[in-house]
Amino acid sequence: MDDVKTPSSEERKSALSGLGTSRKRVEDARFTQGKGNYVDDIKLKGMLFGDFVRSPVAHAKIKKIDTAAALALPGVHAVLTAADLEPLGLHWMPTLAGDKQMVLADGKVLFQGQEVAFVVGDDRYAVSDGVALVEVEYDELPVVTDPFKAEMEDAPVLREDIADQKEGAHGPRRHPNHIFTWESGDKEGTNKVLDEAEVVADEMVYYHRTHPCPLETCGCVASMDKVNGKLTVWGTFQAPHAVRTVASLISSIPEHNIRIISPDIGGGFGNKVGVYPGYVCAIVASIVTGVPIKWVEDRMDNLMATAFARDYWMHGKISATKEGKITGLWCHTTADHGAFDACADPTKFPAGFMNICTGSYDIPVAYLAVDGVYTNKAPGGVAYRCSFRVTEASYFIERMIEVLALKLGMDSAELRSKNFIKKEQFPYTSALGWEYDSGDYHQAWDKALEAVNYKKLREDQAKQLELFKSGKSRKLIGIGLSHFTEIVGAGPVKNCDILGLGMFDACEIRIHPTGSAIARLGTISQGQGHATTFAQILASEIGIPASDITLEEGDTDTAPYGLGTYGSRSTPVAGAATAMAGRKIRAKAQMIAAYLLEVHDDDLEWDVDRFVVKGAPEKFKTMKEIAFASYNQAIPGVEPGLEAVSYYDPPNMTYPNGAYICVMEIDVDTGVSEIKKVYALDDCGTRINPMIIEGQVHGGLTEALAISMGQEIAYDEQGNVMTGTLMDFFVPTAWETPNYETDFTETPSPHHPIGAKGVGESPNVGGVSAFSNAVHDAFKSFGLTQAHMPHDHWRVWKIAKDLGLHN
Amino acid sequence: MEKINVSMKVNGKDENLHVEPRTLLVHALREHLEYTGAHIGCSSSHCGACTVDLNGKSVKSCTIFAPQAEGAEILTVEGIGTPDKLHVIQEMFKEHHGLQCGYCTPGMIMRSYRFLQENPNPTEEEVRFGISGNLCRCTGYQNIVKSIMAAAKKLNEEANVEKKEIA
Amino acid sequence: MIPSAFTFYKPDSIEKAVSIMKDFGDEARVIAGGHSLIPVMKQRLTDIKHLIDLSAIEELKGINISGKSITIGAMTTQVELITNENLFKTAPVIREASLQIADPQVRNLGTIGGNVANGDPANDMPGLMQLLDATYKLSGTNGLREVKAREFYDGAYFTAREDDEILISISFDAPIGGYAYEKQKRKIGDYATAAAGVILNVDNGVCSSASIALTNLSDTPVYCDEAVSMLTGKNIDDNLLSQATKSCVEQSDPVADQRGPVEFKKYVAGIVINKALKRAFERS
Repeated sequence: MDDVKTPSSEERKSALSGLGTSRKRVEDARFTQGKGNYVDDIKLKGMLFGDFVRSPVAHAKIKKIDTAAALALPGVHAVLTAADLEPLGLHWMPTLAGDKQMVLADGKVLFQGQEVAFVVGDDRYAVSDGVALVEVEYDELPVVTDPFKAEMEDAPVLREDIADQKEGAHGPRRHPNHIFTWESGDKEGTNKVLDEAEVVADEMVYYHRTHPCPLETCGCVASMDKVNGKLTVWGTFQAPHAVRTVASLISSIPEHNIRIISPDIGGGFGNKVGVYPGYVCAIVASIVTGVPIKWVEDRMDNLMATAFARDYWMHGKISATKEGKITGLWCHTTADHGAFDACADPTKFPAGFMNICTGSYDIPVAYLAVDGVYTNKAPGGVAYRCSFRVTEASYFIERMIEVLALKLGMDSAELRSKNFIKKEQFPYTSALGWEYDSGDYHQAWDKALEAVNYKKLREDQAKQLELFKSGKSRKLIGIGLSHFTEIVGAGPVKNCDILGLGMFDACEIRIHPTGSAIARLGTISQGQGHATTFAQILASEIGIPASDITLEEGDTDTAPYGLGTYGSRSTPVAGAATAMAGRKIRAKAQMIAAYLLEVHDDDLEWDVDRFVVKGAPEKFKTMKEIAFASYNQAIPGVEPGLEAVSYYDPPNMTYPNGAYICVMEIDVDTGVSEIKKVYALDDCGTRINPMIIEGQVHGGLTEALAISMGQEIAYDEQGNVMTGTLMDFFVPTAWETPNYETDFTETPSPHHPIGAKGVGESPNVGGVSAFSNAVHDAFKSFGLTQAHMPHDHWRVWKIAKDLGLHN
Repeated sequence: MEKINVSMKVNGKDENLHVEPRTLLVHALREHLEYTGAHIGCSSSHCGACTVDLNGKSVKSCTIFAPQAEGAEILTVEGIGTPDKLHVIQEMFKEHHGLQCGYCTPGMIMRSYRFLQENPNPTEEEVRFGISGNLCRCTGYQNIVKSIMAAAKKLNEEANVEKKEIA
Repeated sequence: MIPSAFTFYKPDSIEKAVSIMKDFGDEARVIAGGHSLIPVMKQRLTDIKHLIDLSAIEELKGINISGKSITIGAMTTQVELITNENLFKTAPVIREASLQIADPQVRNLGTIGGNVANGDPANDMPGLMQLLDATYKLSGTNGLREVKAREFYDGAYFTAREDDEILISISFDAPIGGYAYEKQKRKIGDYATAAAGVILNVDNGVCSSASIALTNLSDTPVYCDEAVSMLTGKNIDDNLLSQATKSCVEQSDPVADQRGPVEFKKYVAGIVINKALKRAFERS
C-alpha cells in the first residue's frame, strides 16, 4: 500500500455530501445568472404564437363566432374554434377526475375566462390584435356561483351535455348540477355517538377558493415534425409522463412518437398538474400549421381560468366527554368544483384524501360525506401545495378542535394533547381507514409549547386583554395552535392511480467508467432542488460524492416512467426508488468487488464508499475502482456495466406531521394584523438536506400566510372574477412577511427505504390553521366561534364589529 | 404598424432594434436580444420578475415601451457576473439558499444589485422595504433577505480592502 | 396583455407636444412614467393611436425651491421627490406620502405629473396636492393657464384638463406646522383602503391654520373644508380632533371593492384621519 493515510470513515462520509448535509444547490449557478431554461425561453425556428379569445361572461349560449376580421389581419395565420376541433374529436377532453371539459367553447360558455377560440399568428403582438378582432355573440344565461343554490330545483342547468346522466364517474347524481357523493366511515355508528355524547360542537367551516399562482404561469411549445411524425411538447408539466400518455390517448398519436419535456419550471404548487386547453390547442395548431406553436398564458388568464384550489364548505360535528376525550367526528362537505370536474385526485378519491380529516387524533368513530357540485366558476380543485385536499381536511379538524375546546371551556393545547394518537399506537389505523406509519405527536407538541413558552404567551395575552377591556389599547393578541398530520407520497398502486396509471415512481442509474454517475427520475423539480437532494440520497447509498452525480428529470424520452411531482410524492416515492436503485447498484458492485478481491460476496462489508474484506480493513475496493472494473473486466456470470433501475410502488403513504404556533396582534378598529411570532416544528422523518427543508418551510408558511390573511379568488353574483391581478389577489411581499423559527423532531417512516416522509407541503397544511386559529383565538373571549377566511382587514374588522367591539 | 429604430446599450454592448413602438422593453430584451434572464410573472408591474437596471435605476421592464428606453444603458442579470466570477450577490444567493424555482431570481438579484448601491449598509427592515417590488412564491423571503445582508457585508469588506490597497 | 399599436412621439418641447395633441385630439395621450397608463393599455381598456413621451422635455423636470415657493416639474419622479433633501426640509409631508406609493421600481419611473393628472382617485398625489393647496400649470393650444388642485378633479378620470393640454408643473407654498400622511393598504403596491394627509399649524395650543385631504375615499380626492374651519382658531384637544375626524368622514364617499364595503372604509377612514390629525398635532 502507498504511504497516503486512508481517510477515516467519517472523513469519507463527509466528502460524499450525502444524507443529512445542508449541501448547496447545484441548480443555483444557472438560475442566479439568468440562464434557467423556462418554457417561455424556448425559441424554435419558424415558431408561431397562439392565444385565446376568452369569454367575458360566466354563462351564455354562443350564437355566433365571426373570425373573418381576425383572419384578414396580416400576421394572423389561423383561428381555431370548437368546430375546427370537432372532426378530430378534440373539442372536448377528459379531465383527471373522470369528467370531460371543453377545449374550446362548444355552443356555450360556463365560466368567465373560458377558452372560446385560439388565434395563431406571427408573434404575441399580432395574435393579440387577432384576439381583439374575433367577434363572439353571447346569449346570456342565469348564473350560479353559490354551490348551495346550484342544487336547488329551479337552478339553471349548467352542464347540458350530461343533464340527463343519472350516473357520473363516481356514482349516482341527484341533480343536473350534482357531480358525486362520496362517503367514508361509519355513518350510523357516528350518528349514535353524536346523539349520546356529553358534549357536541357543531360548526360550518369554509375553506375559500384560492389559487396556487406560481410566479411563472402555464405554457407550452408544441412542435409536430411532419417529416418523422414525432410530436415534441415542452411545457409547464408537473407530470410529464402522464401528459404523454394522455396526449397519446386523446390525439391517437402513438405514444412512442410523443416526447414531453418539462424544462425548468417556475414554481408549480399544483397549478401545473392538469392538462389545459392551451396545451391541446397548441398541439392541434402545430399539426395544422406544420410549425412549432408557443402558448403562454398571462397572469389574468392564469388566475381566471387555470386551476383554482379549495372551495370546500365543511359542516362538522365533533363529540367528546366532559373531560375532553373525543368520541366521534362527523363531516359533510359541499365541494364547489366549478364548471367541469377537473380536480387532480387519484381516481378512487373524488374528494382526495379529505378522509384524513380525523387529523392527529385518536377518534374512535367518524363519518365523512362529500358532495361535488357544478357552478359557473373556473374548473380546478387542484392540490395547492398539499396532497389532495389534506389542507382542507387539516384545517377542518384544527378548527373543530378549537370550537370543541371553547365548548368544553378547555385550553385547546391541552385538548389536543389529551387526544393525540400515542407513540405506541403506531402503526395506527384511523376511523376513516388510513394506516398512519409513525409519529411522536406528544414529543413534538411538548417541545413546541416549551419552545414558545406557551404559559407565558397566555399570560401576555391575558394582560393585553385587560388593557383592551380597560380601554387602554385597541389591540388583541391571538395565539394560533396547529398540529397536523399529512398524508403524502401517493401512492400504493393498489389504491392510487390517475387515469388508470398507478402512482409508482422510478429511478434509473448509470455509473460511468470513471466513477461518476447519472440518475434519471420520473419526477420533475419546480424549485424543490431535486438535482441536489436526490444526488444526496444516492451518494449515501452508493458511495459516490453527490457532486459527481448528475440528475435528470422531465424528458419522457430519457427518464423512466413516473407520475411526477405534486402531493409531496417526490421524496416518498421517487426518493425511495432512488435508494432502491442505488441498492441494486451496490449489490452488483459487491459481486464485482468480491471477484477483484478474490473473496466470497459474503466476506465483504460496505464502508461508506467501498467494500472492505471483513477483518482485513487494508483489503478493499472503492466504488470508483469497482465502476472502472465493471467496464473493463470480464467477470464470469456478471454482465458488463453498472446500471440499475427501480420502479417503486410504495407499500403505504407517509405521514409527515408537525406542530405550528403563531402569535398575532390584531387591531380591532382597522382589522390590521401583525405577526409577532411563528414557530414551526416539522417531523418529516429522515432529513435529507436541512437547508432545503427550512427553505421549503419558509415558503410554505408564506403561502399559508397569504391564504389565511387575504388571498382568494372572489366572484361577484354575475360570475365576474374580482381578483384577476396581483393587486387584488394577495401575494405578500417581503414587507408583509415575517421571519420564521423552524424546529424539528425526526421520526423516520418505517416503510420508506431511508425513512424520509416529504416536507414541501407541510407548512401550507399546518400554517393555514395556525394563522387562522390565531385570528379566532384573539376574539374567543368575546364569543367568536367561527369566522371564515381569508382574514383580510375588512373581514377581521367585521368580526370585531359583529362582536360589538366598536364604539 | 410601422416599425421604428431603437438603440440602447445592453450589458455594455450597443444594440439596434427595429421594432413596433408598442414593443415592451421586456420583450425587446428577451425576444429580440435573447437576454432571457428577465422574466414575466404578472405583466402588470406588481411582481418585479422583469426588473432590470435602466440608467442606474431599477425598473420593471414589462411596463416600459422599448422606444422609451431609446439611448438608455441597460444592465440585466446576464451582465453583472461571469460564469467564472459571479457577482457577490449571485454568490450569496447560492450560499444562503436565496432561491428555489429561480423564476424571480434574476429580478430579485437585479433589484438587490441596485439597492445595495443605494444603501450599502441596510438593516433587515430596509432590505425588506427595498425589495418590496419583487414577489417570490417559493422562499418566503427569509433566505433572500439573509443573502442580501450577507452580500452587503461582503461588498463592504471588499470595498474596505480596495481602499486600503489604494492607501 | 399586449396593447394595441400606436405611433410614438418624443418631442423635445412643450410646444411640439401640444401641437401633436392638437392634431390628434382624444386619439393622443401623453405618457410620463407610464405605470398607470401602460397596464390600462395592455388590457386594451383604452385605445390610444398616438403616444407622446414627455421624457425629453427638459422644462418639465426639476424641483425649484425659492424662499417659500416650491415648483415641481411634472416629470419629476417619485424617487426624486423622496431623495431631494431641500424638498424634505421645506415640505417633509411629500417624502412621507411618496414612500407609501407603490414600490421602489415603480417610484423610479412614476412621476408627480402622471400621478396628479390621471384623475385616478386611488392615486395619492392628488390628495396630497389638495392638502398643499397646490396650483397646476397647464399648457395647451390656447396657451398657459393655472388651475387650483382643489378645483381640478371632477370625477374618476375626469379633470379640468382639456384634451390638448399638458400639465407642466405644480407649485405650492411650503407648508407650515405639523404634518402627517397616513395610509392603510393591504400590502405594498396596493392603493389605499383609506388615506389622509393633515397639516396643522398650532401656536400655544391654538390652531392658526390647517389642511386636511383624503385619498381613495371618493371618486375624487377630498379636501375637508368643513373640518378645517372647525379647527381653525380653536384650541386643539382630542375632543376637537374627534369632531374634525367625524366631519371628514362625512365628507367621504367611498365605494365598495375588494378592500371592503363602504361601511368598513368609512370606519377605517375615521381611524386613519384621526391618526393623521394626532400625529400632525404632535409634530406641530
